[in-house]
Amino acid sequence: MTVLDAPSAIRPGTLGDSVLRPDGTAKVQGSFEFCSDLNAEGCVWGATLRSPHPYARIRSIDVSAAWRVPGVLAVITADDVPGQANYGLIVPDQPVFAADVVRYVGEPIAAVAGDDPEVCRRALAAIEVDYDVLEPLIDAEAALDPNTPAIHPDGNVISSQPVIHGDRDATGDVVVEATYEVGMQDQAFLGLEAALAIPDPGGRGLEVYVATQWMHEDRRQMADCLGLDPESVRLVLGGVGGAFGAREDISLQIHTSLLALRLGRPVRMAYDRAESFLGHVHRHPATMWMRHHATADGQLVKVESRMVFDGGAYASTSEAVLLNAVTQAPGPYRCPNAVIEGHAVRTNHLPCGAMRGFGVVQVCFAHESQMDKLADACGVDPWELRLQNAMHTGDTTITGQVVHNVAPVEECLRATAALPLPDEPVGGHPRADGSADVMKTPGGAGRTTDASDVVRGIGWGVSMKNLMYSAGFDDYSTARCRLADGVVTLKFATVEVGQGFVTLAGQIARSVLGVDDVVLGRIDTQVGSAGSTSASRQTWMSGGAVAAACRAVRDRLFLHVAEQHDVDPGQLEIDGTDVRDEASGWRIPVVDASAGVDIDETVEYRHPATEPLDENGQGDCHVGFVFVAHRAVVDVDPELGLVKVVQIATAQDVGRALNPLSITGQIEGGVAQGLGLAVMEEIIQTDGIIRNGNFTDYLLPTFLDMPDVVATLIEQPDPLAPLGAKGVGEPPTISSTPAIVAAIRDALRQVDGVGRPLDRVPVRPADICLPARASASSTTG
Amino acid sequence: MTNHFTLRVNGADHDVRDSWLGESLLDVLRDRIGLLGSKGACEQGECGSCSVVIDGELVCSCLVMAASTIGQSITTVEGIATDGAPSDVQRAFVDAGAVQCGFCTPGLIVAVHSLLESDGEPTETEVREALAGNLCRCTGYGRILEAVERVVVERRR
Repeated sequence: MTVLDAPSAIRPGTLGDSVLRPDGTAKVQGSFEFCSDLNAEGCVWGATLRSPHPYARIRSIDVSAAWRVPGVLAVITADDVPGQANYGLIVPDQPVFAADVVRYVGEPIAAVAGDDPEVCRRALAAIEVDYDVLEPLIDAEAALDPNTPAIHPDGNVISSQPVIHGDRDATGDVVVEATYEVGMQDQAFLGLEAALAIPDPGGRGLEVYVATQWMHEDRRQMADCLGLDPESVRLVLGGVGGAFGAREDISLQIHTSLLALRLGRPVRMAYDRAESFLGHVHRHPATMWMRHHATADGQLVKVESRMVFDGGAYASTSEAVLLNAVTQAPGPYRCPNAVIEGHAVRTNHLPCGAMRGFGVVQVCFAHESQMDKLADACGVDPWELRLQNAMHTGDTTITGQVVHNVAPVEECLRATAALPLPDEPVGGHPRADGSADVMKTPGGAGRTTDASDVVRGIGWGVSMKNLMYSAGFDDYSTARCRLADGVVTLKFATVEVGQGFVTLAGQIARSVLGVDDVVLGRIDTQVGSAGSTSASRQTWMSGGAVAAACRAVRDRLFLHVAEQHDVDPGQLEIDGTDVRDEASGWRIPVVDASAGVDIDETVEYRHPATEPLDENGQGDCHVGFVFVAHRAVVDVDPELGLVKVVQIATAQDVGRALNPLSITGQIEGGVAQGLGLAVMEEIIQTDGIIRNGNFTDYLLPTFLDMPDVVATLIEQPDPLAPLGAKGVGEPPTISSTPAIVAAIRDALRQVDGVGRPLDRVPVRPADICLPARASASSTTG
Repeated sequence: MTNHFTLRVNGADHDVRDSWLGESLLDVLRDRIGLLGSKGACEQGECGSCSVVIDGELVCSCLVMAASTIGQSITTVEGIATDGAPSDVQRAFVDAGAVQCGFCTPGLIVAVHSLLESDGEPTETEVREALAGNLCRCTGYGRILEAVERVVVERRR
């Protein structure tokens, strides 16, 4: 692995070192406490009643029989919500409990508490709901039609956003167009939703242990619905078993709290996998028409697009997802003219919101498929075409925003191309005894594939992704640093979901303050907000906050040292583990310099302000961007429609590699989710009813599905980033998907000279092996 | 219908009271015995987070009735370390970066020990196949493979 081979003269434990996780040993021993492991004295269980219908009017709810189930302690409905009836991240449009109408399968209607989970199940079964079942709205395009009856008081259109840039009438010598679709993907974190709520004596507040992504935003929404002051709702992070966007919205936080406050005793709730599929938001399915115009030699002239994102029943973050999609529709390329129209609509599907890549995953599949189509039409190599159009620092996006970040698209492309192709032949190396290794062929243990049928293809995917929150949002993070007797204690509300901020925070403190010992305080709401662990933002934002807090402490330490030792504080620096006087070379270990002192600083870090888009979708709406290239090698059995992804090569723009081991984990894990979307993962709904909400039927990449990932990092410290480092979490997921699909197309083209359009992900066996269906694709020019 | 029986877990006898007859071994381990290291994530034997070893055989404890394991020897992730010191597999997982959120990790630790006990020199394909029943959503498995390979090399010495 090239990333991890770099020699290092870095002080162990500091920035740039592959520091190990502080929670690693507890996690391998099974003693790390996940939220679902928490319990409290006198704790009882809660459970949720959910709608079986995608769309129905509720005539009546009769809970009397539930109360008669032995062991039942509470039964609550919408009538028992003391505060705001609705919640939501951007707009409060989602009922805590449905009262009049249910709008998706799985919408909560009531909750119960009982002595054990079995009591709760019986009580839920005893609740009688009389439904007037309605025809569900399941077609996102129909939702846009003003004649379609509204399924929500706010209407069926959640958000519409155009982007008009340059000459809208410009045309190119070569024009390619197609309509692309992306299916609904599930985040499928392994640690299921769980919460433990412990009410204060007197019932005027409570402490809630929850696995979330954004503690203070949860608290705001919970307090509104509970009718409490935010200060009375104290959140503590329970161990989080992955997130990937699915924990950005409220799930069981309010229900658990309502039951606990009602009973005056601790209540815990935990979803099973089937409930989890219903209980959190998913990646938006999208339909995207795109038309690319280029000069005869392949220079982009204009991109046109019309895209419709299916937001499901409630708004969640659809508006922000759509903003990402329309503003980055052409991808990381110079594009002087653009006419983009995007809509996010409401249907009776499962609600959709945040998932790793957040709107960019969908458009990236479309724009990268278009770049291949364009390369084909112009007779240019797909890699050359991307290089020729690559965005550079100082270029302007289609919203008129100048990219001030380091923008090493060209370097990503060149470095990826320089990575070795797999040395394995089609079908893999034979085993030691000379027999074929079936696990290396498409179909694997099914032994269905004849190796002589297998064709190998290569495909490219390149992407850009905005970092942090956009469009004028007041985005900040808070960190507190305390230095006493050579030991640093950090406190922040930055949620650790597995990504490794708990590792990075210690590295920052050791680098800035020259200490070895760093203690992390409990992650809770007893310090200011850190914002969400999403949008690849915590390295930049909370990293920036921790660094700023440490620097504030360091400056006070310098004043103290200057006073004690009669030196100029302006001349002092941290050198290794010493405070050093630059002028004289005099030095004193930080441990000694801080003996007997107690310095405590809290700092809020804000990124430069952004602005909302104007009516034409123009404006400096994003803080900054990160870039990546992927090359996929895929073996395809064209007769059976089976694929085996052999290798993903990638060069990723990271700014500065603060922890190479941690970055490697993000790259490999992100690629796995991109592979899942390319060829495996989709939530299937028929007439609004989920058909595969479990791990038997929703296919996730296993050890055998994952190829070798060969990665290299493009290190060009970004002067705009507080540590020079960009977030790394989302890029691996974004363009790995189109690279894999392009490789399958490449393989199929070798078979019959034509191939298949593969304009939809996930690609299914039938899309590969059957004759191409009539496609919206066309090529002119 | 409740039962009272004894299970032998990690070399010690545990009294189980108030369990209902069909209760899974996973639920009994977690909720009755208080061994929380085994995790539940799918209830269908698909994800391997609840992996334990019963009389030398790797199983998903969510698919096994607790009462059917009376008289058998059960090893959970809590039984892997000796005197609290992490095993070579556990150390390798931390050192190789095979742990992120960590929810799948206990099951994987049990599965890797089970694999290496039956085959000390597995090929890469054999490692992938043996661990294909343990889903990990964070790592993409690359660092897990690295961890297993490090243990194989160390045990050769």
